[in-house]
Amino acid sequence: MTNDKLNNSKNEWPLWEVFIRSKAGLDHKHAGSLHAADAQMAIENARDVYTRRMEGVSIWVVESKHIQASDPGEADSMYDPASDKIYRHPTFYNLPDEVKYM
Amino acid sequence: MSVHSFQEHFDSLIDRDVTIEPKDWMPDDYRKTLIRQISQHAHSEIIGMLPEGNWITRAPSLRRKAVLLAKVQDEAGHGLYLYSAAETLGISRDEMYNQLHTGKAKYSSIFNYPTLTWADMGAIGWLVDGAAIMNQVPLCRTSYGPYARAMVRVCKEESFHQRQGFEIMLTLSKGTEIQRKLAQDAFNRWWWPSLMMFGPPDAESPNTEQSVRWRIKRFTNDELRQKFVDVTVEQARVLGLEMPDKDIKWNEERGHYDFGKINWSEFYNVVKGNGPCNKQRIEARRKAWDEGKWVRDAAMAHAEKRKARQSEVKAA
Repeated sequence: MTNDKLNNSKNEWPLWEVFIRSKAGLDHKHAGSLHAADAQMAIENARDVYTRRMEGVSIWVVESKHIQASDPGEADSMYDPASDKIYRHPTFYNLPDEVKYM
Repeated sequence: MSVHSFQEHFDSLIDRDVTIEPKDWMPDDYRKTLIRQISQHAHSEIIGMLPEGNWITRAPSLRRKAVLLAKVQDEAGHGLYLYSAAETLGISRDEMYNQLHTGKAKYSSIFNYPTLTWADMGAIGWLVDGAAIMNQVPLCRTSYGPYARAMVRVCKEESFHQRQGFEIMLTLSKGTEIQRKLAQDAFNRWWWPSLMMFGPPDAESPNTEQSVRWRIKRFTNDELRQKFVDVTVEQARVLGLEMPDKDIKWNEERGHYDFGKINWSEFYNVVKGNGPCNKQRIEARRKAWDEGKWVRDAAMAHAEKRKARQSEVKAA
């Protein structure tokens, strides 16, 4: 009994991450997560939990354990190489006023 | 980084109003406070379905029934958003359920009051959801990302809850004499418990200061309670109902309404488990959990069988 209580998270339905396309032409965006026994049930539950007010036209689900994430502790070194390359932005370049559209 | 510099980094994020995310380092107490607050909040949504569920089959019209069903379904959804936000802090869903079912975790004590008449559906939407919104809107900017994002969803959906309650109250208060009396009676019974929803007075709320420092809370209990009183007095006037507190008076100097003394011993008594419906509420949740076990097990067994069958087909 006690053992069962301690280990009961092992009987939990797996956790899924839910991504929703809010309308045709837009990206799927992370909406949240939920528990479901399998992918089919995850999609059905996602419909009920995350699209009760027509928030979506398409749903992706992926088991949370399959998500690989970058380490926030390494964010500085990870994104540092991009920080001194302002010439990648169009505003870096000065154009004469005569050029109206570019 | 040493623990000290982790702490400094964390403090500077909080000071700069930068959101904390699940994989960021955070002090143990911050994590514990959040788990407690978010899971209590989730439990409140789930337990909160019970008093209103009581009236679904007896709603006075098809329209009212559809609306009440949608509202109760939203509350289930809110509970689920919040449980998953808490899970990002490392507690399992089953452990949270276990804490609720064993009485270790608390939930908002307002749901331990009974719903005696249909007018209670109006008063709950108007007052209880109104107080909840007052509490929840600042939480959309709380420092922990998953909690803040869950709250944005909750708040978007919650405003329909309050409006539908106010509409019920308005219909009743403009109806027959009996209907008006029902509305007033529900107002009288839900008013004080609604004020208690904001929690103990600041002077007796030892966690408030730390929570404000961490930007988990953005206003104190008393600040939010005052704000709620101020707007509700005006709304009660529109309904033509009498405030259930004789000490309500506009205070020119403060720019707020003064109000009477809250019976805090009643509040602590209900929190301790002695409210009119505490036992019934937990009993209902436990029963649902126990009787749902075969469904959870069967769904898992079915998923595993299907997976095994698929790998057999692949192997062949």
